[in-house]
Amino acid sequence: MDHQSHSAEQARFEAIIAAEEKIEPRDWMPEKYRRNLVRQISQHAHSEVVGQLPEGNWITRAPTLRRKATLLAKVQDEAGHGLYLYSAAETLGVSREQMVDDLLDGRAKYASIFNYPTLSWADVGAIGWLVDGAAIVNQISLCRTSYGPYARAMVRICKEESFHQRQGYEIMRTLAAGSAAQKAMAQDALNRWWWPTLMMFGPHDAESAHSQQSMQWKIKRQSNDELRQKFVDQTVEQARHIGLEIPDPALRWNEERGHYDFGEIDWDEFQRVLNGNGPCNRQRIGDRRAAHEQGAWVREAMLAHAEKQRRRAAGRAA
Amino acid sequence: MSSAHFRYVLRLGDNALVLGQRLSEWCGHSPFLEEDIAMANTALDHIGRARMLLSHAGAIEGDGRDEDALAYLRDEREFGNFLICELPNGDYAFTLVRQYLLDVYHQLLFEALSASADEELAAIAAKAVKEAAYHRRRSGDWVLRFGDGTDESQARAQAALDELWSYTGELFTPDSVDEAMQAAGIGPDLEQLGARWREIVEAHLAAATLSVPPADWQADGGREGLHTEHMGRLLAEMQFVQRAYPGLDW
Repeated sequence: MDHQSHSAEQARFEAIIAAEEKIEPRDWMPEKYRRNLVRQISQHAHSEVVGQLPEGNWITRAPTLRRKATLLAKVQDEAGHGLYLYSAAETLGVSREQMVDDLLDGRAKYASIFNYPTLSWADVGAIGWLVDGAAIVNQISLCRTSYGPYARAMVRICKEESFHQRQGYEIMRTLAAGSAAQKAMAQDALNRWWWPTLMMFGPHDAESAHSQQSMQWKIKRQSNDELRQKFVDQTVEQARHIGLEIPDPALRWNEERGHYDFGEIDWDEFQRVLNGNGPCNRQRIGDRRAAHEQGAWVREAMLAHAEKQRRRAAGRAA
Repeated sequence: MSSAHFRYVLRLGDNALVLGQRLSEWCGHSPFLEEDIAMANTALDHIGRARMLLSHAGAIEGDGRDEDALAYLRDEREFGNFLICELPNGDYAFTLVRQYLLDVYHQLLFEALSASADEELAAIAAKAVKEAAYHRRRSGDWVLRFGDGTDESQARAQAALDELWSYTGELFTPDSVDEAMQAAGIGPDLEQLGARWREIVEAHLAAATLSVPPADWQADGGREGLHTEHMGRLLAEMQFVQRAYPGLDW
Protein backbone atom coordinates (compact mmCIF):
# COMPACT_ATOMS: atom_id res chain seq x y z
CA MET A 1 0.00 0.00 0.00
CA ASP A 2 1.44 3.40 -0.94
CA HIS A 3 1.94 6.07 1.64
CA GLN A 4 -0.97 8.22 0.52
CA SER A 5 -3.68 5.54 0.65
CA HIS A 6 -2.26 4.30 3.95
CA SER A 7 -2.74 7.68 5.52
CA ALA A 8 -6.22 7.93 3.99
CA GLU A 9 -7.05 4.63 5.73
CA GLN A 10 -5.54 5.93 8.95
CA ALA A 11 -7.63 9.11 8.73
CA ARG A 12 -10.78 7.11 8.13
CA PHE A 13 -9.98 4.88 11.13
CA GLU A 14 -9.44 7.92 13.34
CA ALA A 15 -12.65 9.50 12.12
CA ILE A 16 -14.64 6.39 13.07
CA ILE A 17 -13.10 6.42 16.55
CA ALA A 18 -13.73 10.16 16.96
CA ALA A 19 -17.37 9.77 15.89
CA GLU A 20 -17.91 7.04 18.53
CA GLU A 21 -18.73 4.56 15.81
CA LYS A 22 -17.49 0.97 15.76
CA ILE A 23 -14.50 -0.49 13.96
CA GLU A 24 -15.61 -3.71 12.26
CA PRO A 25 -13.51 -6.76 11.27
CA ARG A 26 -13.23 -5.73 7.58
CA ASP A 27 -12.20 -2.15 8.36
CA TRP A 28 -8.59 -1.12 8.11
CA MET A 29 -6.95 -0.77 11.53
CA PRO A 30 -3.42 -0.04 12.74
CA GLU A 31 -1.49 -3.21 13.47
CA LYS A 32 -0.93 -2.11 17.06
CA TYR A 33 -4.67 -1.57 17.58
CA ARG A 34 -5.27 -5.11 16.32
CA ARG A 35 -2.56 -6.60 18.52
CA ASN A 36 -3.72 -4.68 21.56
CA LEU A 37 -7.26 -5.99 21.06
CA VAL A 38 -6.14 -9.58 20.50
CA ARG A 39 -4.18 -9.38 23.75
CA GLN A 40 -7.08 -7.92 25.71
CA ILE A 41 -9.91 -10.05 24.28
CA SER A 42 -7.98 -13.33 24.44
CA GLN A 43 -6.91 -12.54 28.00
CA HIS A 44 -10.55 -11.94 28.83
CA ALA A 45 -11.55 -15.25 27.16
CA HIS A 46 -8.85 -17.15 29.05
CA SER A 47 -10.10 -15.62 32.31
CA GLU A 48 -13.56 -17.03 31.68
CA VAL A 49 -12.13 -20.46 30.93
CA VAL A 50 -9.72 -20.60 33.89
CA GLY A 51 -12.46 -19.04 36.03
CA GLN A 52 -14.43 -22.29 35.74
CA LEU A 53 -11.91 -23.97 38.02
CA PRO A 54 -12.16 -22.17 41.39
CA GLU A 55 -15.96 -22.24 41.33
CA GLY A 56 -16.06 -25.72 39.84
CA ASN A 57 -14.18 -26.75 42.97
CA TRP A 58 -17.46 -26.37 44.90
CA ILE A 59 -20.03 -27.79 42.46
CA THR A 60 -19.71 -31.29 43.90
CA ARG A 61 -19.98 -29.89 47.46
CA ALA A 62 -22.71 -27.27 47.02
CA PRO A 63 -24.83 -27.34 50.20
CA THR A 64 -28.26 -27.67 48.56
CA LEU A 65 -29.49 -28.98 45.23
CA ARG A 66 -30.76 -25.52 44.29
CA ARG A 67 -27.30 -24.05 44.93
CA LYS A 68 -25.68 -26.89 42.99
CA ALA A 69 -27.93 -26.28 39.98
CA THR A 70 -27.37 -22.51 40.08
CA LEU A 71 -23.61 -22.92 40.33
CA LEU A 72 -23.53 -25.39 37.45
CA ALA A 73 -25.56 -22.98 35.33
CA LYS A 74 -23.20 -20.18 36.27
CA VAL A 75 -20.05 -22.07 35.40
CA GLN A 76 -21.68 -23.11 32.13
CA ASP A 77 -22.35 -19.42 31.39
CA GLU A 78 -18.68 -18.59 32.05
CA ALA A 79 -17.56 -21.22 29.55
CA GLY A 80 -20.07 -19.74 27.08
CA HIS A 81 -18.55 -16.28 27.61
CA GLY A 82 -15.16 -17.78 26.83
CA LEU A 83 -16.60 -19.05 23.58
CA TYR A 84 -18.06 -15.68 22.44
CA LEU A 85 -14.84 -13.93 23.36
CA TYR A 86 -12.65 -16.39 21.46
CA SER A 87 -14.97 -15.83 18.49
CA ALA A 88 -14.63 -12.05 18.84
CA ALA A 89 -10.82 -12.42 18.91
CA GLU A 90 -10.92 -14.72 15.87
CA THR A 91 -12.40 -11.86 13.83
CA LEU A 92 -8.97 -10.23 14.25
CA GLY A 93 -7.23 -13.06 12.42
CA VAL A 94 -5.98 -15.20 15.30
CA SER A 95 -7.08 -18.82 15.68
CA ARG A 96 -8.49 -20.36 18.84
CA GLU A 97 -5.73 -23.03 18.74
CA GLN A 98 -3.10 -20.30 18.78
CA MET A 99 -4.77 -18.52 21.70
CA VAL A 100 -5.14 -21.75 23.69
CA ASP A 101 -1.49 -22.62 23.04
CA ASP A 102 -0.47 -19.16 24.23
CA LEU A 103 -2.39 -19.70 27.45
CA LEU A 104 -1.00 -23.18 28.10
CA ASP A 105 2.57 -22.12 27.31
CA GLY A 106 2.32 -19.15 29.64
CA ARG A 107 2.63 -16.47 26.91
CA ALA A 108 -0.93 -15.18 27.49
CA LYS A 109 -2.31 -14.05 30.82
CA TYR A 110 -5.69 -14.49 32.47
CA ALA A 111 -7.23 -12.64 35.42
CA SER A 112 -4.92 -13.09 38.42
CA ILE A 113 -7.90 -13.32 40.75
CA PHE A 114 -8.36 -16.96 39.72
CA ASN A 115 -4.98 -17.79 41.20
CA TYR A 116 -6.50 -17.67 44.67
CA PRO A 117 -8.06 -20.81 46.18
CA THR A 118 -11.75 -21.36 47.04
CA LEU A 119 -11.57 -22.66 50.60
CA SER A 120 -15.17 -22.63 51.78
CA TRP A 121 -18.69 -22.47 50.37
CA ALA A 122 -18.69 -18.75 51.18
CA ASP A 123 -15.96 -18.26 48.57
CA VAL A 124 -18.51 -19.12 45.91
CA GLY A 125 -20.66 -16.28 47.23
CA ALA A 126 -17.66 -13.95 47.45
CA ILE A 127 -16.62 -14.65 43.87
CA GLY A 128 -20.12 -13.95 42.57
CA TRP A 129 -20.55 -10.81 44.62
CA LEU A 130 -17.05 -9.31 44.42
CA VAL A 131 -15.29 -10.79 41.41
CA ASP A 132 -18.31 -10.72 39.11
CA GLY A 133 -19.23 -7.34 40.61
CA ALA A 134 -15.79 -5.97 39.66
CA ALA A 135 -15.97 -7.62 36.25
CA ILE A 136 -19.31 -5.90 35.58
CA VAL A 137 -17.97 -2.45 36.47
CA ASN A 138 -15.20 -3.04 33.96
CA GLN A 139 -17.41 -4.64 31.33
CA ILE A 140 -20.18 -2.04 31.42
CA SER A 141 -17.52 0.40 30.45
CA LEU A 142 -16.36 -1.97 27.70
CA CYS A 143 -19.85 -2.12 26.14
CA ARG A 144 -18.76 1.23 24.58
CA THR A 145 -15.40 -0.08 23.37
CA SER A 146 -14.48 0.90 19.80
CA TYR A 147 -14.21 -2.61 18.32
CA GLY A 148 -17.71 -3.77 17.30
CA PRO A 149 -17.51 -7.54 17.94
CA TYR A 150 -15.97 -6.96 21.39
CA ALA A 151 -18.58 -4.34 22.34
CA ARG A 152 -21.42 -6.64 21.28
CA ALA A 153 -19.96 -9.62 23.18
CA MET A 154 -19.75 -7.38 26.27
CA VAL A 155 -23.41 -6.36 26.08
CA ARG A 156 -24.45 -10.00 26.12
CA ILE A 157 -21.98 -10.98 28.83
CA CYS A 158 -22.95 -8.09 31.13
CA LYS A 159 -26.55 -9.27 31.27
CA GLU A 160 -25.50 -12.70 32.52
CA GLU A 161 -22.83 -11.36 34.86
CA SER A 162 -25.27 -9.12 36.68
CA PHE A 163 -27.41 -12.18 37.32
CA HIS A 164 -24.35 -13.99 38.73
CA GLN A 165 -23.46 -11.03 40.90
CA ARG A 166 -26.93 -11.02 42.47
CA GLN A 167 -26.73 -14.76 43.12
CA GLY A 168 -23.33 -14.37 44.79
CA TYR A 169 -24.58 -11.54 46.97
CA GLU A 170 -27.60 -13.61 47.92
CA ILE A 171 -25.33 -16.46 49.08
CA MET A 172 -23.36 -13.98 51.22
CA ARG A 173 -26.54 -12.44 52.63
CA THR A 174 -27.88 -15.87 53.59
CA LEU A 175 -24.62 -16.78 55.32
CA ALA A 176 -24.31 -13.41 57.06
CA ALA A 177 -27.84 -13.85 58.46
CA GLY A 178 -27.16 -17.46 59.50
CA SER A 179 -25.35 -19.13 62.39
CA ALA A 180 -22.17 -17.74 63.94
CA ALA A 181 -20.14 -20.28 61.96
CA GLN A 182 -21.81 -19.25 58.70
CA LYS A 183 -21.29 -15.57 59.38
CA ALA A 184 -17.62 -16.20 60.20
CA MET A 185 -17.31 -18.15 56.96
CA ALA A 186 -18.74 -15.20 55.01
CA GLN A 187 -16.50 -12.66 56.76
CA ASP A 188 -13.43 -14.83 56.19
CA ALA A 189 -14.24 -15.08 52.49
CA LEU A 190 -14.67 -11.30 52.25
CA ASN A 191 -11.35 -10.81 54.06
CA ARG A 192 -9.51 -13.04 51.62
CA TRP A 193 -11.18 -11.85 48.38
CA TRP A 194 -11.41 -8.11 49.00
CA TRP A 195 -7.86 -7.03 48.15
CA PRO A 196 -7.35 -9.41 45.23
CA THR A 197 -10.63 -8.06 43.81
CA LEU A 198 -9.37 -4.47 43.99
CA MET A 199 -6.25 -5.65 42.15
CA MET A 200 -8.45 -6.81 39.26
CA PHE A 201 -8.66 -3.21 38.03
CA GLY A 202 -4.93 -3.21 37.38
CA PRO A 203 -2.12 -0.84 38.35
CA HIS A 204 -2.64 2.84 39.16
CA ASP A 205 -3.27 4.89 36.00
CA ALA A 206 0.24 6.36 36.10
CA GLU A 207 1.81 2.88 36.04
CA SER A 208 -0.49 1.13 33.60
CA ALA A 209 1.50 -0.10 30.58
CA HIS A 210 -1.29 -0.31 27.99
CA SER A 211 -3.75 2.24 29.35
CA GLN A 212 -2.90 5.46 27.56
CA GLN A 213 -2.91 4.10 24.02
CA SER A 214 -6.02 2.01 24.76
CA MET A 215 -7.86 5.10 26.00
CA GLN A 216 -6.91 7.05 22.84
CA TRP A 217 -8.24 4.27 20.67
CA LYS A 218 -11.31 3.99 22.88
CA ILE A 219 -10.64 0.31 23.44
CA LYS A 220 -10.67 1.26 27.10
CA ARG A 221 -13.21 3.91 28.14
CA GLN A 222 -12.47 4.62 31.80
CA SER A 223 -9.22 4.44 33.72
CA ASN A 224 -8.24 1.69 36.18
CA ASP A 225 -8.48 4.03 39.16
CA GLU A 226 -11.88 5.44 38.14
CA LEU A 227 -13.32 1.97 37.75
CA ARG A 228 -11.81 0.76 41.03
CA GLN A 229 -13.31 3.74 42.87
CA LYS A 230 -16.71 3.06 41.37
CA PHE A 231 -16.52 -0.56 42.55
CA VAL A 232 -15.46 0.40 46.09
CA ASP A 233 -18.25 2.98 46.40
CA GLN A 234 -20.98 0.52 45.46
CA THR A 235 -19.60 -2.48 47.34
CA VAL A 236 -19.02 -0.79 50.71
CA GLU A 237 -22.73 -0.08 50.94
CA GLN A 238 -23.62 -3.64 49.98
CA ALA A 239 -21.33 -5.08 52.69
CA ARG A 240 -22.80 -2.79 55.31
CA HIS A 241 -26.33 -3.79 54.31
CA ILE A 242 -25.67 -7.46 55.19
CA GLY A 243 -23.56 -6.74 58.26
CA LEU A 244 -20.11 -7.69 56.92
CA GLU A 245 -17.03 -5.59 57.39
CA ILE A 246 -14.65 -4.56 54.59
CA PRO A 247 -11.13 -5.51 55.76
CA ASP A 248 -9.59 -2.06 55.35
CA PRO A 249 -8.91 0.16 58.41
CA ALA A 250 -8.29 3.14 56.10
CA LEU A 251 -11.74 2.95 54.54
CA ARG A 252 -13.80 6.11 55.17
CA TRP A 253 -16.28 8.35 53.39
CA ASN A 254 -14.69 11.48 51.96
CA GLU A 255 -17.35 14.17 51.90
CA GLU A 256 -15.29 16.48 49.75
CA ARG A 257 -14.58 13.95 47.01
CA GLY A 258 -17.99 12.31 47.32
CA HIS A 259 -16.25 8.92 47.34
CA TYR A 260 -14.82 6.42 49.79
CA ASP A 261 -11.10 6.72 50.53
CA PHE A 262 -9.45 3.35 50.86
CA GLY A 263 -6.08 1.84 51.77
CA GLU A 264 -3.19 1.09 49.44
CA ILE A 265 -3.12 -2.22 47.59
CA ASP A 266 -0.17 -4.51 48.29
CA TRP A 267 1.48 -4.04 44.89
CA ASP A 268 4.19 -6.59 45.70
CA GLU A 269 1.51 -9.23 46.00
CA PHE A 270 -0.07 -7.97 42.78
CA GLN A 271 3.25 -8.37 40.91
CA ARG A 272 3.99 -11.71 42.52
CA VAL A 273 0.69 -13.27 41.43
CA LEU A 274 0.87 -11.62 37.99
CA ASN A 275 4.33 -13.10 37.51
CA GLY A 276 3.09 -16.60 38.17
CA ASN A 277 3.74 -16.98 41.88
CA GLY A 278 0.29 -16.78 43.45
CA PRO A 279 -1.12 -19.63 45.53
CA CYS A 280 -2.77 -21.42 42.58
CA ASN A 281 -1.01 -20.27 39.36
CA ARG A 282 0.72 -23.61 38.86
CA GLN A 283 -2.38 -25.60 39.76
CA ARG A 284 -4.69 -23.67 37.41
CA ILE A 285 -2.42 -23.91 34.38
CA GLY A 286 -1.58 -27.51 35.31
CA ASP A 287 -5.30 -28.35 35.30
CA ARG A 288 -5.88 -26.67 31.95
CA ARG A 289 -2.85 -28.39 30.42
CA ALA A 290 -3.94 -31.77 31.76
CA ALA A 291 -7.44 -31.27 30.31
CA HIS A 292 -5.94 -30.30 26.96
CA GLU A 293 -3.41 -33.13 26.85
CA GLN A 294 -5.80 -35.79 28.09
CA GLY A 295 -8.33 -34.54 25.55
CA ALA A 296 -5.93 -34.84 22.60
CA TRP A 297 -7.11 -38.33 21.62
CA VAL A 298 -10.74 -37.14 21.81
CA ARG A 299 -10.09 -34.27 19.41
CA GLU A 300 -8.14 -36.59 17.11
CA ALA A 301 -10.98 -39.13 17.09
CA MET A 302 -13.46 -36.41 16.23
CA LEU A 303 -11.36 -35.23 13.26
CA ALA A 304 -10.65 -38.78 12.09
CA HIS A 305 -14.34 -39.65 12.18
CA ALA A 306 -15.32 -36.47 10.31
CA GLU A 307 -12.69 -37.27 7.66
CA LYS A 308 -14.01 -40.83 7.26
CA GLN A 309 -17.54 -39.48 6.88
CA ARG A 310 -16.38 -36.95 4.30
CA ARG A 311 -14.61 -39.63 2.26
CA ARG A 312 -17.63 -41.93 2.43
CA ALA A 313 -19.92 -39.13 1.25
CA ALA A 314 -17.49 -38.31 -1.58
CA GLY A 315 -17.39 -42.03 -2.49
CA ARG A 316 -21.18 -42.15 -2.67
CA ALA A 317 -21.35 -39.00 -4.80
CA ALA A 318 -18.75 -40.34 -7.28
CA MET B 1 -47.84 -50.16 48.17
CA SER B 2 -47.11 -46.56 49.23
CA SER B 3 -43.72 -47.62 50.57
CA ALA B 4 -42.91 -49.34 47.25
CA HIS B 5 -44.14 -46.21 45.47
CA PHE B 6 -41.85 -44.00 47.57
CA ARG B 7 -38.91 -46.35 47.07
CA TYR B 8 -39.52 -46.46 43.31
CA VAL B 9 -39.56 -42.69 42.80
CA LEU B 10 -36.67 -42.26 45.24
CA ARG B 11 -34.54 -44.66 43.21
CA LEU B 12 -35.26 -42.75 40.02
CA GLY B 13 -34.20 -39.58 41.84
CA ASP B 14 -31.04 -41.22 43.14
CA ASN B 15 -30.03 -42.30 39.63
CA ALA B 16 -30.40 -38.73 38.38
CA LEU B 17 -28.59 -37.24 41.37
CA VAL B 18 -25.62 -39.59 41.43
CA LEU B 19 -25.08 -39.47 37.66
CA GLY B 20 -25.44 -35.67 37.71
CA GLN B 21 -22.86 -35.49 40.50
CA ARG B 22 -20.40 -37.55 38.44
CA LEU B 23 -20.99 -35.49 35.27
CA SER B 24 -20.42 -32.26 37.16
CA GLU B 25 -16.90 -33.43 38.05
CA TRP B 26 -15.91 -32.77 34.41
CA CYS B 27 -16.60 -29.08 34.75
CA GLY B 28 -13.52 -27.18 33.50
CA HIS B 29 -11.64 -30.40 32.68
CA SER B 30 -13.21 -31.51 29.38
CA PRO B 31 -11.23 -32.01 26.14
CA PHE B 32 -12.33 -28.62 24.73
CA LEU B 33 -14.50 -25.68 25.64
CA GLU B 34 -17.68 -26.76 23.81
CA GLU B 35 -17.53 -30.01 25.79
CA ASP B 36 -17.17 -28.14 29.09
CA ILE B 37 -20.43 -26.41 28.20
CA ALA B 38 -22.15 -29.62 27.08
CA MET B 39 -21.03 -31.51 30.21
CA ALA B 40 -22.21 -28.77 32.57
CA ASN B 41 -25.49 -28.62 30.69
CA THR B 42 -26.06 -32.37 30.88
CA ALA B 43 -25.11 -32.41 34.57
CA LEU B 44 -27.57 -29.59 35.16
CA ASP B 45 -30.40 -31.49 33.45
CA HIS B 46 -29.73 -34.48 35.71
CA ILE B 47 -29.63 -32.37 38.87
CA GLY B 48 -32.88 -30.69 37.80
CA ARG B 49 -34.46 -34.10 37.22
CA ALA B 50 -33.20 -35.29 40.63
CA ARG B 51 -34.78 -32.30 42.36
CA MET B 52 -38.20 -32.99 40.85
CA LEU B 53 -38.06 -36.72 41.56
CA LEU B 54 -36.76 -36.40 45.12
CA SER B 55 -39.36 -33.72 45.96
CA HIS B 56 -42.06 -35.99 44.62
CA ALA B 57 -40.66 -38.97 46.59
CA GLY B 58 -40.72 -36.84 49.74
CA ALA B 59 -44.34 -35.93 49.09
CA ILE B 60 -45.30 -39.61 48.62
CA GLU B 61 -43.53 -40.53 51.85
CA GLY B 62 -45.37 -37.79 53.73
CA ASP B 63 -42.82 -37.40 56.54
CA GLY B 64 -41.82 -33.85 55.59
CA ARG B 65 -38.52 -34.74 53.94
CA ASP B 66 -37.72 -32.38 51.06
CA GLU B 67 -35.25 -32.81 48.17
CA ASP B 68 -32.30 -31.72 50.31
CA ALA B 69 -33.18 -33.95 53.28
CA LEU B 70 -33.26 -36.88 50.87
CA ALA B 71 -30.09 -35.92 48.98
CA TYR B 72 -27.92 -34.86 51.90
CA LEU B 73 -29.11 -36.66 55.00
CA ARG B 74 -29.36 -40.27 53.93
CA ASP B 75 -26.51 -42.76 54.28
CA GLU B 76 -25.09 -44.97 51.60
CA ARG B 77 -27.27 -47.99 52.43
CA GLU B 78 -30.41 -45.92 51.88
CA PHE B 79 -29.46 -44.85 48.34
CA GLY B 80 -31.12 -46.92 45.63
CA ASN B 81 -29.33 -45.84 42.46
CA PHE B 82 -27.93 -48.32 39.96
CA LEU B 83 -24.24 -49.06 40.47
CA ILE B 84 -23.42 -47.88 36.93
CA CYS B 85 -24.26 -44.29 37.92
CA GLU B 86 -21.75 -44.14 40.76
CA LEU B 87 -18.71 -45.61 38.96
CA PRO B 88 -15.90 -43.05 38.71
CA ASN B 89 -15.80 -41.13 35.41
CA GLY B 90 -12.70 -42.80 33.99
CA ASP B 91 -11.63 -41.33 30.64
CA TYR B 92 -13.88 -39.46 28.24
CA ALA B 93 -14.81 -42.70 26.48
CA PHE B 94 -15.93 -44.30 29.74
CA THR B 95 -18.03 -41.27 30.68
CA LEU B 96 -19.71 -41.02 27.28
CA VAL B 97 -20.26 -44.73 26.67
CA ARG B 98 -21.91 -44.91 30.10
CA GLN B 99 -23.92 -41.84 29.22
CA TYR B 100 -25.07 -43.39 25.96
CA LEU B 101 -26.17 -46.66 27.63
CA LEU B 102 -28.10 -44.69 30.25
CA ASP B 103 -29.50 -42.09 27.85
CA VAL B 104 -31.14 -44.81 25.75
CA TYR B 105 -32.46 -46.41 28.95
CA HIS B 106 -33.79 -43.08 30.22
CA GLN B 107 -35.40 -42.19 26.93
CA LEU B 108 -37.30 -45.50 26.86
CA LEU B 109 -38.09 -45.36 30.57
CA PHE B 110 -39.43 -41.80 30.56
CA GLU B 111 -41.39 -42.44 27.38
CA ALA B 112 -43.15 -45.26 29.24
CA LEU B 113 -43.48 -43.26 32.47
CA SER B 114 -45.14 -40.34 30.72
CA ALA B 115 -48.22 -42.62 30.67
CA SER B 116 -47.79 -43.54 34.38
CA ALA B 117 -50.82 -43.76 36.68
CA ASP B 118 -48.83 -41.44 38.97
CA GLU B 119 -49.70 -38.14 37.31
CA GLU B 120 -46.92 -36.17 38.92
CA LEU B 121 -44.39 -38.76 37.81
CA ALA B 122 -45.92 -38.71 34.31
CA ALA B 123 -45.44 -34.93 34.16
CA ILE B 124 -41.80 -35.18 35.29
CA ALA B 125 -41.22 -37.96 32.75
CA ALA B 126 -42.72 -35.89 29.92
CA LYS B 127 -40.08 -33.22 30.55
CA ALA B 128 -37.25 -35.68 31.13
CA VAL B 129 -37.92 -37.61 27.94
CA LYS B 130 -37.13 -34.54 25.82
CA GLU B 131 -33.84 -34.03 27.63
CA ALA B 132 -32.97 -37.71 27.38
CA ALA B 133 -33.56 -37.56 23.61
CA TYR B 134 -31.00 -34.80 23.08
CA HIS B 135 -28.58 -36.32 25.59
CA ARG B 136 -28.78 -39.53 23.60
CA ARG B 137 -28.14 -37.73 20.30
CA ARG B 138 -24.95 -36.25 21.76
CA SER B 139 -23.66 -39.35 23.56
CA GLY B 140 -24.62 -41.51 20.57
CA ASP B 141 -22.59 -39.23 18.27
CA TRP B 142 -19.59 -39.56 20.57
CA VAL B 143 -19.91 -43.36 20.60
CA LEU B 144 -19.80 -43.29 16.78
CA ARG B 145 -16.82 -40.93 16.73
CA PHE B 146 -14.89 -43.03 19.24
CA GLY B 147 -15.75 -46.39 17.70
CA ASP B 148 -15.24 -45.22 14.12
CA GLY B 149 -12.46 -42.69 14.86
CA THR B 150 -8.83 -43.63 15.55
CA ASP B 151 -7.39 -46.95 16.76
CA GLU B 152 -6.86 -45.39 20.16
CA SER B 153 -10.40 -44.08 20.51
CA GLN B 154 -11.79 -47.41 19.31
CA ALA B 155 -9.74 -49.30 21.91
CA ARG B 156 -10.76 -46.92 24.67
CA ALA B 157 -14.46 -47.12 23.77
CA GLN B 158 -14.34 -50.91 23.59
CA ALA B 159 -12.57 -51.14 26.97
CA ALA B 160 -15.19 -48.84 28.49
CA LEU B 161 -18.00 -50.89 27.01
CA ASP B 162 -16.48 -54.17 28.24
CA GLU B 163 -16.38 -52.85 31.78
CA LEU B 164 -19.76 -51.10 31.71
CA TRP B 165 -21.68 -53.97 30.17
CA SER B 166 -21.63 -55.88 33.46
CA TYR B 167 -23.47 -53.00 35.10
CA THR B 168 -26.41 -52.94 32.66
CA GLY B 169 -28.19 -56.12 33.77
CA GLU B 170 -29.44 -54.37 36.89
CA LEU B 171 -31.40 -51.90 34.77
CA PHE B 172 -33.74 -54.55 33.39
CA THR B 173 -34.10 -57.14 36.15
CA PRO B 174 -37.31 -56.32 38.02
CA ASP B 175 -37.31 -56.62 41.81
CA SER B 176 -40.36 -56.59 44.08
CA VAL B 177 -40.66 -52.79 43.92
CA ASP B 178 -40.58 -52.78 40.11
CA GLU B 179 -43.16 -55.59 40.03
CA ALA B 180 -45.50 -53.77 42.40
CA MET B 181 -45.17 -50.58 40.34
CA GLN B 182 -45.86 -52.37 37.10
CA ALA B 183 -48.93 -54.03 38.63
CA ALA B 184 -50.18 -50.61 39.79
CA GLY B 185 -49.73 -49.07 36.33
CA ILE B 186 -47.06 -46.71 37.70
CA GLY B 187 -43.93 -48.36 36.30
CA PRO B 188 -43.22 -50.02 32.93
CA ASP B 189 -42.65 -53.61 31.91
CA LEU B 190 -38.88 -53.77 32.39
CA GLU B 191 -38.34 -56.91 30.37
CA GLN B 192 -40.01 -55.38 27.35
CA LEU B 193 -38.04 -52.18 27.89
CA GLY B 194 -34.82 -54.19 28.15
CA ALA B 195 -35.48 -55.98 24.85
CA ARG B 196 -36.07 -52.65 23.10
CA TRP B 197 -32.91 -51.19 24.71
CA ARG B 198 -30.78 -54.09 23.51
CA GLU B 199 -32.09 -53.74 19.99
CA ILE B 200 -31.27 -50.00 19.81
CA VAL B 201 -27.93 -50.24 21.60
CA GLU B 202 -26.66 -53.24 19.65
CA ALA B 203 -27.48 -51.62 16.29
CA HIS B 204 -25.69 -48.44 17.33
CA LEU B 205 -22.64 -50.28 18.65
CA ALA B 206 -22.42 -52.20 15.37
CA ALA B 207 -22.51 -48.91 13.44
CA ALA B 208 -19.69 -47.70 15.69
CA THR B 209 -17.69 -50.89 14.97
CA LEU B 210 -17.84 -51.85 18.66
CA SER B 211 -18.62 -55.41 19.77
CA VAL B 212 -21.20 -56.34 22.32
CA PRO B 213 -19.32 -57.90 25.25
CA PRO B 214 -20.19 -61.40 26.47
CA ALA B 215 -22.92 -61.45 29.11
CA ASP B 216 -20.92 -63.11 31.89
CA TRP B 217 -20.76 -61.50 35.33
CA GLN B 218 -23.49 -58.99 36.13
CA ALA B 219 -23.27 -56.60 39.06
CA ASP B 220 -26.36 -56.11 41.20
CA GLY B 221 -27.41 -54.55 44.49
CA GLY B 222 -27.69 -50.79 43.94
CA ARG B 223 -31.44 -50.78 44.43
CA GLU B 224 -31.07 -52.49 47.84
CA GLY B 225 -28.36 -50.05 48.89
CA LEU B 226 -25.47 -52.47 48.36
CA HIS B 227 -23.10 -50.12 46.56
CA THR B 228 -19.56 -50.15 45.21
CA GLU B 229 -16.75 -48.79 47.37
CA HIS B 230 -16.85 -45.61 45.28
CA MET B 231 -20.26 -44.56 46.60
CA GLY B 232 -19.16 -43.66 50.14
CA ARG B 233 -16.63 -41.17 48.85
CA LEU B 234 -19.07 -39.64 46.40
CA LEU B 235 -21.54 -39.06 49.24
CA ALA B 236 -18.88 -37.83 51.67
CA GLU B 237 -17.99 -35.12 49.19
CA MET B 238 -21.54 -34.25 48.19
CA GLN B 239 -22.94 -34.17 51.74
CA PHE B 240 -20.00 -32.58 53.52
CA VAL B 241 -21.40 -29.09 54.17
CA GLN B 242 -24.82 -30.28 55.35
CA ARG B 243 -23.25 -32.88 57.64
CA ALA B 244 -20.61 -30.55 59.08
CA TYR B 245 -23.12 -27.74 59.81
CA PRO B 246 -26.45 -29.48 60.42
CA GLY B 247 -29.84 -27.82 60.36
CA LEU B 248 -28.96 -24.52 58.68
CA ASP B 249 -30.23 -22.59 55.68
CA TRP B 250 -27.83 -22.10 52.81
